[in-house]
Amino acid sequence: MPDLLIELLSEEIPARMQAAAGEGLRRLVTDGLAEAGLSHDDAESFVTPRRLILTVSGLPKVSPATREERKGPSVSAPERALDGFLRSTGLSKEDLEVRDGRKGQVWFAVIEREGRPASRIVAEVLDAVIRDFPWPKSMRWGSGSLRWVRPLHSIICLLSDGVENQVVELEVDGIRAGNRTVGHRFMAPEPISVTSSADYLAKMIGAKVVVSATEREEIIMREAARLADERGFEVVEDKSLLAEVAGLVEWPVVLLGEIGEEFLDLPPEVLQTSMRVHQKFFSARDSSGRITHFIAVADRETADNGTTIMAGNQKVLRARLSDAKFFWENDLRVARDGMKAWTDMLGKVTFHNRLGSQAERIDRISELAKEIASALGADPDRAVAAARVAKADLSSEMVYEFAELQGIMGEHYASAAGHSGEVARVAREHYQPLGPSDDVPKGLLSIAVALADKIDTLAGFWAMDEKPTGSKDPFALRRAALGVIRLILENDLRISFVEIATKPGLRAALAVEELGSEAAGRSGEARELQDKARGDLCIGDEDLTLPRGILEFLHDRMKVFLRGKGIRHDVIDACLAMPGADDLTLLVKRSNALSAFLDTEEGENLTQGFKRAHNILKQAEEMDGVEYALDPDPNLAEQDEERALFDALERAEAAIRPAMASEDFESAMSAMADLRGPIDGFFDAVQVNAADQSLRRNRLNLLHRISETCLAVADLNRIEG
Amino acid sequence: MSANTGPKSFQEIVLRLQNYWAGEGCALLQPYDLEVGAGTFHPATMLRALGKREWSAAYVQASRRPTDGRYGENPHRLQHYYQFQVIMKPSPPDLQELYIGSLKAIGIDMDLHDIRFVEDDWESPTLGAWGLGWEVWCDGMEVSQFTYFQQVGGHDCHPVSGELTYGLERLAMHVLGIDHVMAMPFNDPQSRIALSYGDIFRQTEEEYARWNFDVADTGMLFRHFEDAEAECRRILDAQELDPKSGKRIVMVHPAYDQCIKASHLFNLLDARGVISVTERQAYIGRVRSLAKACADAFVTTEAATGA
Repeated sequence: MPDLLIELLSEEIPARMQAAAGEGLRRLVTDGLAEAGLSHDDAESFVTPRRLILTVSGLPKVSPATREERKGPSVSAPERALDGFLRSTGLSKEDLEVRDGRKGQVWFAVIEREGRPASRIVAEVLDAVIRDFPWPKSMRWGSGSLRWVRPLHSIICLLSDGVENQVVELEVDGIRAGNRTVGHRFMAPEPISVTSSADYLAKMIGAKVVVSATEREEIIMREAARLADERGFEVVEDKSLLAEVAGLVEWPVVLLGEIGEEFLDLPPEVLQTSMRVHQKFFSARDSSGRITHFIAVADRETADNGTTIMAGNQKVLRARLSDAKFFWENDLRVARDGMKAWTDMLGKVTFHNRLGSQAERIDRISELAKEIASALGADPDRAVAAARVAKADLSSEMVYEFAELQGIMGEHYASAAGHSGEVARVAREHYQPLGPSDDVPKGLLSIAVALADKIDTLAGFWAMDEKPTGSKDPFALRRAALGVIRLILENDLRISFVEIATKPGLRAALAVEELGSEAAGRSGEARELQDKARGDLCIGDEDLTLPRGILEFLHDRMKVFLRGKGIRHDVIDACLAMPGADDLTLLVKRSNALSAFLDTEEGENLTQGFKRAHNILKQAEEMDGVEYALDPDPNLAEQDEERALFDALERAEAAIRPAMASEDFESAMSAMADLRGPIDGFFDAVQVNAADQSLRRNRLNLLHRISETCLAVADLNRIEG
Repeated sequence: MSANTGPKSFQEIVLRLQNYWAGEGCALLQPYDLEVGAGTFHPATMLRALGKREWSAAYVQASRRPTDGRYGENPHRLQHYYQFQVIMKPSPPDLQELYIGSLKAIGIDMDLHDIRFVEDDWESPTLGAWGLGWEVWCDGMEVSQFTYFQQVGGHDCHPVSGELTYGLERLAMHVLGIDHVMAMPFNDPQSRIALSYGDIFRQTEEEYARWNFDVADTGMLFRHFEDAEAECRRILDAQELDPKSGKRIVMVHPAYDQCIKASHLFNLLDARGVISVTERQAYIGRVRSLAKACADAFVTTEAATGA
């Protein structure tokens, strides 16, 4: 059973593409082998900045022979049918057999394919994989026409079974597969010949190449921790940086360096970001928790143990941090001055050419935050003050240099401007949550501004019809919607969107209205936009404000969110159909109760009983062309089971009404569950479609009452099964 | 020339690079005599990267970046600095090794330093050009750009050119161990009259910074931009047959000069802060369409000569 070794040696592969490329090589080659009927045991891929490597073990030398029988046309069928069959099988008439079928004699083809040598199959598969490799970005070089991520230099493609080693015959755009490669670019540039996967892996270590990215990461982490530990420091964990750095080296050598004393006053986020983004350094904290040192990862050993390399790196860092310090000191001057220069500047910065400047956007958010704050019982004036400074840092030099520090710098600068900790914190927190795993702010001011920021974004882009489609969501509206949902649910907020939308102060704040007011004196495009926006509006007939689509979009995201928490989509649909669905906290409460209820035997049976009642009623209504919605008369009840149902409904309704009013869904549902026995008993004993028409009408009205009673709790029609 | 002893001055590094690349067979050209933002604008790169003809050249090019002016005070930033540019078409298979050889030539000891090729895809919106490659790091310092051109002036490159761009001041400061560009020895510090970079350029940096940022006549710059754009179009619209000589003469290079001028005028207007964010894109688009028109014209001249 031979093993297969593939190495594709190229110029440096971008770090961010390496992991997917290694996995892609493994998947594409093994899929291709399987499709050609070649089985294998294990397949493992490795990737370094210069190589994609694949080892596959336990391949047969030859693919198994196959035999396939295919039934053809009847012997009496016209010639043309037979020609078609011959073409599709690739056989001639003499190769066919005649067999007896049920309707007479038919042609039969027996197609036997011989097994093919593994080397042939491997060559074909690898050729196709190389020519069609799914690089996110690829290029040509020299005079060739092959595309690869960077120029491809050599290919190892070797089958070996311990006795015999066979270089697979393969040539791609002038590159002939062989059994030779080179080691580390600087430490072991000499050619290396290999005989097998095991030989290759052993020789690579000798040639100063750690082929496994995971192993390189481990080396970096272990060495960084060791160096830091010797001095009593601690390395700041950064997984994405670790993956990137491991993709920049074949032979990681970890070095510890010192940040100059004169830069230690910079905020730790600035130090960390500057070092990570520009230099790909890890930060290290001293025993007091201050970032004072850094970890650099070189790609080689040197006779001077990295002294020259570290001196160079330290010098570059000094230049970088001098810039950062320059920005920080300039920014602090503006901040201590009240940040007016920045807020003025935001008037000139376009947020979106159809949604106005950042300053206009901040005006809208302030208005909205004020209303939300008062709805939440927070101080509306402080919410406005916080919203006004929350984005001031967008004009700062530091954020211009490092966009990822937006909000973080805002908090530093708002504090420097003399704002309270609570107000300053809003600058950082109002962007949150930044993703599904990011924290949600807990302070009321931050919540108010965070909600206002996201709702403004949703409303504005919705009004312009810039909705997310499929995988495209350029303005991150899904993230904004999920942010709104998590802000509300995780803080247990009670906010009605319809109510928000109909508050006079909020109407002006919404981007839809902004567009509307501009349209008065502006272009046809703006007016068209306004009309379009109004067309989408529906909630509150007299107060046209919140586009219908936004609430539906929030509900959609809500379904995705709740499904992730194990709540079925039909349960959510059943609750969305109830009043107050624009109050997300209420919606979740209802969904949780219904979900728990349906998990019980009573719940399940009651739903069946409800549906039975509902179906009979609907059928009768359709047949008779009338609606049975009158109050049924208990005096017309003939049988005990019928009377029992009347009593049970009476009791249930009396319990459900107050429970629903106090949002005690558990009690309402348990009262509803008590109907199960009487409903089952009723259907077992009573004939709804009685011959006596007045009796039949009364019973149909009774079914209607069952339906009404249950629908007051949840729309059980939407429950599946 | 001895690569084993370190260079002593800025000019020695330039000379060593020139010698090295001349030794590798490049034609040593001289800087282009117009203001450009980068060595890529030199017709020896921008136009010669087009078409099928083989090409190999190296040259120093002064680059003007009006917005980067810091009155000669910033240790690393200049509004006028030098690039060393190498272009080889088709890109040779050992271009990375050749490049590393050039670093050795300027005294970088490969046994002590850490050289890295870090992804950096190059794109010039004004030239309608892009390529894939890296920024090359030496001990964490970016010392060169390394690019395989994929498209220039909207045309796919075939064959592909390999382009190397060394930021000379930055590279030299790193090699010579200098902290402030103005303190860097320009000629040999042992010379009878030793000159520092600052002796030569401090005054010009200060003067140009003031002119670029505050004094340049924006009305005039706008007019000149319009003029250059119109002239570029007019030149390319002229009939190919020259009535005087009776020859077919497509005036690509004169037209491209106007494109270069328009680009620099735009950079000056940008430094003066009179171009808004939204207008910016429109101006870049106008220069790009000139560059594309020049590239289109250049390709026709090659087809006509049958090379």
